[in-house]
Amino acid sequence: MFFNLLDGLKKAGLPVSITEYLALIEAVEKGVAGYSIEDFYYLSRAALVKDERNLDRFDVVFGRVFKGLEGDAALEGVLLDVPEEWLKAMSELALSDEDKAKIEALGGWDKLMETLRKRMEEQKEEHHGGSKWIGTGGTSPFGAYGYNPEGVRIGQKESRHRRAVKVWDKREFANLDDTIELGTRNIKMALRKLRRFARTGAATELDIEDTIRSTAHHAGLLDLKMVPERHNAVKVLLLLDAGGSMDDHVSVCAELFSACRTEFKHLEAFYFHNCVYEGVWRDNRRRRTEKVSTQQLLNTYGADYKLIFVGDAAMSPYEIAHPGGAVEHWNEESGETWLTRCLTAWPHAVWLNPMPQPQWPYTQSIGMVRKLLDQRMYPLTLAGLDSAISELSH
Amino acid sequence: MRFSSTDTYIATEDLMVAVNASVTLERPLLIKGEPGTGKTVLAHEIAASLKLPLLTWHIKSTTRAQHGLYEYDAVSRLRDSQLGDAKVKDIGNYIRKGRLWEAFESAPGRTVLLIDEIDKADIEFPNDLLLELDRMEFYVYETGVTIRAKNRPIVIITSNNEKELPDAFLRRCFFHYIRFPDRETMERIVAVHFPDVKKLLVREALNVFFELREIQGLKKRPSTSELLDWIKLLVADDLPIEALRAKDVKTALPPLYGALLKNEQDVHMLERLAFLSRREGR
Repeated sequence: MFFNLLDGLKKAGLPVSITEYLALIEAVEKGVAGYSIEDFYYLSRAALVKDERNLDRFDVVFGRVFKGLEGDAALEGVLLDVPEEWLKAMSELALSDEDKAKIEALGGWDKLMETLRKRMEEQKEEHHGGSKWIGTGGTSPFGAYGYNPEGVRIGQKESRHRRAVKVWDKREFANLDDTIELGTRNIKMALRKLRRFARTGAATELDIEDTIRSTAHHAGLLDLKMVPERHNAVKVLLLLDAGGSMDDHVSVCAELFSACRTEFKHLEAFYFHNCVYEGVWRDNRRRRTEKVSTQQLLNTYGADYKLIFVGDAAMSPYEIAHPGGAVEHWNEESGETWLTRCLTAWPHAVWLNPMPQPQWPYTQSIGMVRKLLDQRMYPLTLAGLDSAISELSH
Repeated sequence: MRFSSTDTYIATEDLMVAVNASVTLERPLLIKGEPGTGKTVLAHEIAASLKLPLLTWHIKSTTRAQHGLYEYDAVSRLRDSQLGDAKVKDIGNYIRKGRLWEAFESAPGRTVLLIDEIDKADIEFPNDLLLELDRMEFYVYETGVTIRAKNRPIVIITSNNEKELPDAFLRRCFFHYIRFPDRETMERIVAVHFPDVKKLLVREALNVFFELREIQGLKKRPSTSELLDWIKLLVADDLPIEALRAKDVKTALPPLYGALLKNEQDVHMLERLAFLSRREGR
């Protein structure tokens, strides 16, 4: 019963298990759902989906499995919106005459677009899942879609960010996925050295020494003394380079980010592109609408925060030294000015660079950033992290 | 036993199915949704609708799973022993029942147990409750007794997504995400809460409300509970409808906006927007 649905959900990457499947069957047998497909949809959703982020994917699969039961109108509603940028890339299809003939053979343009649309849905889903996208680091998102649907080749854009002076492409950036556990344990161990325990908050723990002292003082009549629990009181401000040349290093950055999330109670993370200018953002998906001004960061977070930059610092020297050098917008003040401001506001600062250290001397901008940071740049390896943390805990 | 909308609560079709599934199958129901969409109220309404008593267990950051089962007050026993109290002989005198125990003991009927804001607790909290919620029994070490549920309670759990819940826990629950109500549902919700308010006022108020929710970049978008508070204020102040109608949210702050916007940055932003659009209009 309903095995197709379960199978479809599994294939779409939803975490469904036998327990939930059995619960669904039991509920159906007990007549919870009534006999309409809608009730069944609600019931199976309540039983099989446990996270609102997966609701959309569930709808798509449900629509596909039960297509025909409700007519096409219901299905129409669950199709995902294809982002505009992708459609733009689609219009750059590079078709040879031979390919065009093949399209005709496959049932025409519409059929092909439909297939593509489906493929893109899959692609989008996986990218949200955060595993596949990370694996494709190194090419632009458009390039990553360079698959071959039914023998048609789609124009693959080259990544041209390495030495770019202006990047105008509007790109959808994925947020760093902080759920990746693989390999984060080592990083957590390294970060652990930055712990500074402090007792704050409500008194919930028994202070044995003080209790004994006080009980003795009261001639043996019990007198309890409590202390607040110990918490990690270190505050960390994490600024991450997102996009451009960082695509190659996404997975290692995600690991670091994930480890930091669990290790520090006071962690504030923001993204920037190549170099810090007047604005940073919290969410890569909403980077254009929800920018936070760097000045606000400087005002909000006190000097007790430890500042950690993560970025490859590979850019054109103009991006650091000159006003207007930023790749994405016109910046009134140079990146150097902003970096200096940050470093003055947070004296405990390091820069973690995912590029292998031996390659650093070949990029001029890395040298410039290192100089700004008084050589406090460390490679993003366990050893590098260790020295960075010991620098921070001075 | 079937749950449906009451005269104080509008339940959507999907919510009813989810609640009924969890009632019938005696499994916990996990409720998520934007703040202010009626997650906690739901448990109250289920209890009212099924005519069952309600027990609430509010979770705080210091709450441990054990608190829900029972607590052994060793300290007061120690103190009593020093004072020579006869109570000391029976360890049962120092065991305080938790909410879960109370719910298990309920007779003759079932109870509704609300575990409110489970995500506030420590990350291990849901894992510590797995067996108790699954088998509906637990063991009291101090007295050596196993407590079993006479009637399996209806467990409603709410979460605000501050922490991820473990898979093993989720697998045992039904899940429902309360979507923000659309306009039609919202009209019905307002109607059950304020049956006497003029339709015209409600329409204008909803216009302003939905327009406000559209604005990008609000820190806390107003939700159902804010809307209801606001309408209550509007009615109490007996404002003329024109006061609402004339104003586009973008050109001026709505009257009594304090009930809708809870954050001074949001108010600032609206003021700035209003200023800009007035300047443009000139």
